[in-house]
Amino acid sequence: MKIAVCLKQVPARDAQPRVNESKTWLREQDATFELNEPDAYALEEGFRLRERHGGEVVVCSAGPARVAQALREALARGADRAIHVEDDRLASADAFAVAEALAGAIEGERFDLVLTGLQSDDQGFAQTGVVLAERLGIPHATIIMEVAVQGDRLRVKRELEGGWFQWVEMPLPALLTIQSGINQLRYATLKGIIAAKKKEIRKVAPAGVASRLRIVRLRAPEKTKQTQIIPGPAADAAKELVRRLRDEARAIE
Amino acid sequence: MILAVAEQREGTLNRASWEAIAAAQRLAAQTGLGPVRIAIAGGEVAASAASLAEAECAEVVALEAAALGAYTADGFTAALARLLEAEAPAFALFAHTYQARDFVPKLAARLGWPLVTDVTGYGEPFEGRRTFTRLVFQGKLAADVVAEGDGPCLVTVQAGAFPADGVARGASPAPVRRVEATADSSAIRQKPEPPFQEAKQAVDLSQASRIVAVGRGIKEQSKLALVEELARALGAEIAASRPICDAGWLPLERQVGSSGQTVSPKLYLALGISGAIQHAVGMKGSRTIVAINKDAEAPIFELADYGIVGDLFEVVPELVKELGKSK
Repeated sequence: MKIAVCLKQVPARDAQPRVNESKTWLREQDATFELNEPDAYALEEGFRLRERHGGEVVVCSAGPARVAQALREALARGADRAIHVEDDRLASADAFAVAEALAGAIEGERFDLVLTGLQSDDQGFAQTGVVLAERLGIPHATIIMEVAVQGDRLRVKRELEGGWFQWVEMPLPALLTIQSGINQLRYATLKGIIAAKKKEIRKVAPAGVASRLRIVRLRAPEKTKQTQIIPGPAADAAKELVRRLRDEARAIE
Repeated sequence: MILAVAEQREGTLNRASWEAIAAAQRLAAQTGLGPVRIAIAGGEVAASAASLAEAECAEVVALEAAALGAYTADGFTAALARLLEAEAPAFALFAHTYQARDFVPKLAARLGWPLVTDVTGYGEPFEGRRTFTRLVFQGKLAADVVAEGDGPCLVTVQAGAFPADGVARGASPAPVRRVEATADSSAIRQKPEPPFQEAKQAVDLSQASRIVAVGRGIKEQSKLALVEELARALGAEIAASRPICDAGWLPLERQVGSSGQTVSPKLYLALGISGAIQHAVGMKGSRTIVAINKDAEAPIFELADYGIVGDLFEVVPELVKELGKSK
């Protein structure tokens, strides 16, 4: 089974992003980046399908030069090879531009299955996988919690809202967006890290980067509430919080 | 014209539809492109359409076909692409539900129209152009976004951003226009089975009056004992953000957020939870929200009534001690 896993590299979860001078994106030079967590679950699912059905797992990412680091990490975890669609404009591009870049790089390879995370932790469009499926002309399903390959067909468990699920069947080739928590992640071993150094990262240029959406202003989110920050050492803060919850908010007896 | 696209399953209207209508009505008021129209697609949607007709709108379009009886991305994309091309709205608004996430990006790609997802509001205009506000970088920043070109644009709105009680009702029901969708079931590649619930949910967090919720900040499963102690002292149920349930530290039924339960207790105490959008939509309706987090920039503090910036492993034992004292 020939599996493509599309990955994104996103700003590290723990850091507060600093915006650039034009307030349209973050200051890339100040940021640290990591593999988008939902995509890590897609990658792990690719590995598990390869264990069951054989074949190869090819990782593909669209972004600036820094993205090679995320691809290298995916190779260290066990991907067979990588494709890097490199262009600086892809860092802040919209889902259509990213999907178009990914499609151009993978459509010639005729993958049986394309996997990606359900959304990215940067812009969080939750669109790229679905747009990519439409662009590749293959069926898709989103927010998947279980994948079963049955010959040339796929049976997948879709998560619906409020604790509901649904099984959906479709022919291969197909694209799935994977829900976080579908599996337990495994991380790179030292052996994997060494092996990754010899694996191929093929660089390709996108045919163009045409975003339909443009960020014109980044700002602090509006506060919906007036937050009272309670200062002081832990013991004092705890005491004061309990007092306010009793006397002001009347949330406890 | 502005179109709000409602959602139903087996004849039952998804309540989030009213939020898409509220968003459409507000956009119509701002742009003068009103009155809005409302569309609903499915196998049989007469009852849903009649209910939607109570909203102030020019008409309700009931798009029906046997092939739309069970939701599929292929079927809904094909049927709605034809409807939207015919109606040619300036904007079409959807609630950002799991169903919308499954097909609206495909619909936008098919039509070649821009799509702004998970919108929380309408921002200040930029160089005369309309902007949509959405949260980025895990809710740490808000982005005002413009759609390129002057053509139609698709928008999905975040749960709770345009409250349903803001929907203007008409003096009399709007007309319902039934449209036979020419959906070709042989072109639908997904074969869906009926939706089901896993085991019956043993825990109904929506009924809890107090909730102590825990997130990534707890670091280790063994530290959950601390949280349990606090929950006991408060008489609260324990809940968690998605990563804790993904790790298997707490069962999925205790998850609060877009993929878990939606709660609105009297007291919601968030421990080591950053407040990413997916969690926030499940708890922001709580009456009193307390956040304890070592990161002063965490988005959870935007939602909280009371906040302590500090180490939860120091603060929580002090809280337990304080609650144990006689009043």
